[in-house]
Amino acid sequence: MSKLKAAYQTLLNKWHIVIAHRFFWPIFLIAGLLFSIAASTFDILDLYLQLILIYVGINIILTVSLNLINGYMGEFSIGHAGFMAIGAYIASLLTVNIFPQTANIFLFPTAILAGGIAAALIGLLVAIPSFKTRGDYLAIVTLAFCMIVKSVLENIDVVGGPRGLLGMEKLTTLPWVFFWTVLSLWVIRNLVYSKFGRGVLSIREDEIASDLMGVNTRQVKVIAFVVSSFFAGIAGGLFAHTLQYINPRMFDIIKSTDILIMVYLGGIASIAGSILGAFIYTILLEILRPLGVWRMVFMPLMLVLLMIYRPRGIMGLRESSLFVPVRDLLAAKFRRQKKKEAGDASA
Amino acid sequence: MPLLEIKKLTHRFEGLCAVSDFNFTLASNELVGIIGPNGAGKTTVFNLITGVYRATEGSIYFTGNELVGRTPHQITKLGIARTFQNIRLFKELTVLDNVRIARYGQAIYSPMEALLHMGRYNAEEKRITDHAMELLSIFKLDDEANERSKNLPYGLQRRLEIARALATDPQLLLLDEPAAGMNPNEIKQLMEFIGWIRKTFRVTIILIEHQMRLVMGICERLVVLDFGATIAEGLPAQIQNNVKVMEAYLGKEMVK
Repeated sequence: MSKLKAAYQTLLNKWHIVIAHRFFWPIFLIAGLLFSIAASTFDILDLYLQLILIYVGINIILTVSLNLINGYMGEFSIGHAGFMAIGAYIASLLTVNIFPQTANIFLFPTAILAGGIAAALIGLLVAIPSFKTRGDYLAIVTLAFCMIVKSVLENIDVVGGPRGLLGMEKLTTLPWVFFWTVLSLWVIRNLVYSKFGRGVLSIREDEIASDLMGVNTRQVKVIAFVVSSFFAGIAGGLFAHTLQYINPRMFDIIKSTDILIMVYLGGIASIAGSILGAFIYTILLEILRPLGVWRMVFMPLMLVLLMIYRPRGIMGLRESSLFVPVRDLLAAKFRRQKKKEAGDASA
Repeated sequence: MPLLEIKKLTHRFEGLCAVSDFNFTLASNELVGIIGPNGAGKTTVFNLITGVYRATEGSIYFTGNELVGRTPHQITKLGIARTFQNIRLFKELTVLDNVRIARYGQAIYSPMEALLHMGRYNAEEKRITDHAMELLSIFKLDDEANERSKNLPYGLQRRLEIARALATDPQLLLLDEPAAGMNPNEIKQLMEFIGWIRKTFRVTIILIEHQMRLVMGICERLVVLDFGATIAEGLPAQIQNNVKVMEAYLGKEMVK
């Protein structure tokens, strides 16, 4: 009888997982898409709230992509805004100067994609110093990269130099942001739960041991940097077509710091943490707007407290089971069950 | 053809000669011990074989392939695995992931398949996970598969490190002071364990050790290093009575 009960319990436990994955995700995705389309076409959500949601989405993309380098791989990149700038400028140049005005609404995804690809190619270059330099030194290299991007943009007249670039239509809509956010989360989640993702984690834990266990650390680093900068570029393109104006100063170290705060607030090496971090930070900044200048005192203070009480962030090194592939979850559950049974038997 | 052949291997750190003119041959299925006092260059030899350091001079051949100039993961792929003097597990990762990481070279799918979780990804992941679980159950670690490796007791961490090394499918296993921090009783168990690994996985083993009890008990042949040079080589019984070895360990005065 107790055996039957145990079997029933196992089934129940498994169903819990299967239900979460088989039902939650499709329902969430369809509902999210429908809601975003409805909100942007009909007068359901006022424009201000829509704008905040768009920024939340863009910040989630930025946070999860930087988390790949700073959280999962344990490096310290502070040049994320540089990749964002590349994506923003390439996408804007395409929609403003190259694509015919009338076709923009259809070609918008292509422009965003092109921005992402351009950023990914530059990411390939930035991966190279990461072979030789680590920790603080890589931070300085990425900082230098960010400054180079900024000063190059300031000196190219075609993109407006220091005055910046304008003339973009407001092409970033809630459904598009929803789409790109889900895509970036899905792709990075997939990467993390693959041999390359485990390679990324092992580099954080012990790079030499990782190489000695057969992990091609160079290949893994290149993949991580390329994927990370690709999505930073995507976020940049979406950002440019939200604000309809960009200038090089928007993508300096301050912007990188913002993304860093979201990563360390939400939690390193966690998809759920990245979402949480981006969400809390973006919303809080809006709520605290009445505080004016004091906002800039409150936020760092919060960060200091966080570093003291939860140095790895809210979800640091932990993951919500919604983001763990079903197979891994079931296997883990099965093993826990078995261990518990073995423990019961011996007791 | 010998499995491993080291010829005139020399390595200098800024003038300090850590290994000088080291020659060594190893046949398949041997179990050889490298001993010597602290700082004799034993671990440096391991680091040179596995590609952590690039040898200043000399050459290392493994199954006919020159190893000098290759990266560690290329050397691992050729069939050499190792453990570390001070345990170097991936501490924050689970026991299962520690072993799965070592199957990196055995899982065959492209980055694109990984990003989309399509194509060969599913089958290959299942294959390496099953293999890793099988290995863990052989090592009686399967109950701890979901545990973070830093939470394991010391003895299990040592065992996991050996399991992780074996997950790379090696022909040659390098054990760097496996008995560090063990009492005589545990050393006796370790001796049996190493013998069992050798039989079960059919690996050739080189062992670095401080504990005379261990090397004398299981090694078929010993090499004694001092100041980076070989001072003696032979059967354990021969080494035990070698004057040079006693001098290296105890100092000249004591031997007189």
